[in-house]
Amino acid sequence: MKEIVIISGKGGTGKTSIIAAFASLFENKVLCDADVDAADLHLIMEPDIKERHDFQSGRTALINRDKCVECGLCRDLCRWDAISEDFVVDSIECEGCGVCWYFCPEKAIESPLNTCGEWYLSDTRFGPMAHARLDIAEENSGKLVSLIRQEGKKLAEEKNMDLLLTDGPPGIGCPVIASLGGAAAVLIVSEPTVSGRHDMQRVAQLAAFFKIPAMLCVNKFDLNPDEGEAIEAFAKEKNIDVIGRVPFDPTFTKAMVQGKTIVEFDEHSKGCDAVKSIWKNLAQSLGILTN
Amino acid sequence: MIISIASGKGGTGKTTVATNLAVSLGSDVQVLDCDVEEPNAHLFIQPVIEEVKTITTPVPEVDMDKCSLCGKCGEICQFKAIVVLGKTVLPFHELCHSCGGCMEVCPEKAITETDRELGIIEKGHRNGLEFVHGKLRIGEAMSPPLIKKVREYTRPDMLTIIDAPPGTSCPVIASMKDADFILLVTEPTPFGLHDLKLAVGAVNILGIPCGLVINRSDIGDDQVKQYAKEKDVPVLMEIPFDRRIAEVYSRGEMIVEAMPGWKESFLELYNSIEKIAE
Repeated sequence: MKEIVIISGKGGTGKTSIIAAFASLFENKVLCDADVDAADLHLIMEPDIKERHDFQSGRTALINRDKCVECGLCRDLCRWDAISEDFVVDSIECEGCGVCWYFCPEKAIESPLNTCGEWYLSDTRFGPMAHARLDIAEENSGKLVSLIRQEGKKLAEEKNMDLLLTDGPPGIGCPVIASLGGAAAVLIVSEPTVSGRHDMQRVAQLAAFFKIPAMLCVNKFDLNPDEGEAIEAFAKEKNIDVIGRVPFDPTFTKAMVQGKTIVEFDEHSKGCDAVKSIWKNLAQSLGILTN
Repeated sequence: MIISIASGKGGTGKTTVATNLAVSLGSDVQVLDCDVEEPNAHLFIQPVIEEVKTITTPVPEVDMDKCSLCGKCGEICQFKAIVVLGKTVLPFHELCHSCGGCMEVCPEKAITETDRELGIIEKGHRNGLEFVHGKLRIGEAMSPPLIKKVREYTRPDMLTIIDAPPGTSCPVIASMKDADFILLVTEPTPFGLHDLKLAVGAVNILGIPCGLVINRSDIGDDQVKQYAKEKDVPVLMEIPFDRRIAEVYSRGEMIVEAMPGWKESFLELYNSIEKIAE
């Protein structure tokens, strides 16, 4: 079983639309949505949730006012200024580092576990799917990404699948780093804009930093072919396989509005043709058989 | 006044709105690009950079001559960033949240702090416009501490425009907290709507007034507008899909400079924000 993670650096380059199309093209896989911050893949996949679990991670300080003698030690030690003058913890600022509850001489500070989201195992019309929802304004998205990928992997192994197809988060920080470890390869979906090129370069460096092989496709290529070619040239220089170009095609949006993949919505669209050819290259490079 | 520009979904046009709004207003404005993982505003503003600063965070260093292997440091650390292993103590700098707990708890005073690089902050200007952004070091996981450092450049005598990262978790909160107004940018698609709902949820937690810019307003469907109406989120601007805009953007140009009429629209947008925020 191999895992391919789709990332982009820049948000909104079309990761999820492309992965949804891949889901239509290959049967023997498990889908995993690791963009837990703003998960969207389920909007197309319409998962039938079979298992639902709380995601608990990290702690937040809670001061018991009956025990607190307002000595101020916690305020002195807290590096996040998370405790107010009247000894109320700002749960947004609290890092859950434990310093205040460890040192409180009155044992007046509790440290309840945070429930910061949910994760699910589901069935979809394209096969099994592991996905999650991080609560708004929560931390620990990296841990939830690691967890959901692990669950996806387990599911794929149980069901004897060849592939775990993972939709990664944007950026290059904690959740992205958590989405890379152990992946067979990443596919970077970029767009031919100065921002797309800048962000692709940073996420490509990140993949290289963690020694994960990378492939590239440029979405909406014809919007600015010069930029598209510059991105491909950069990729080649860094030994990143360029596996295709996707033209600008409004069919992607039309399909999304209907809750469909582009393959389901219009198999003869130019966007669909491009995605099929990219999928073929990807499958070949991963060594998985396509039907 | 601090205006934070956020979106939930990535790629909806946050940077386009932030930079064009700032340039339309001209002087007494600063842009703080807080999307430190993938900062893009500089590609459009093209500031002259006059200051580069490396930003670090403190992480523990153990003097094994003093250490008695008592294990208290490993016990207090909530992030498994320091462990006693046999006859040595291993600090894992990349896991450390810089709380200082291990140093505080060590009975032998064997722990001091050294630095882990988070990234850099660059400050510059373009005409009267001040520009600051953070760039997270490749391989660094934690962006909020760097975002907070960028926000320390906020000048009360100027209008501050913050370009926030996508999503709704801790880096976004760090970019929106204490703003006077949050301008949400979305696109009228199911993905845009879904992530807008999350972003509005985050704004509500912070209790800050907000408004909406709908980008590529004629693609997709009308669900975003219906939602905005239901939730009383005012739609302050609509930018229709126009291949010329997409191309101008792709080259790193500003819409307000490359296309007539847009500067006026962005000034109008600012006027409506001012009315709501005050």
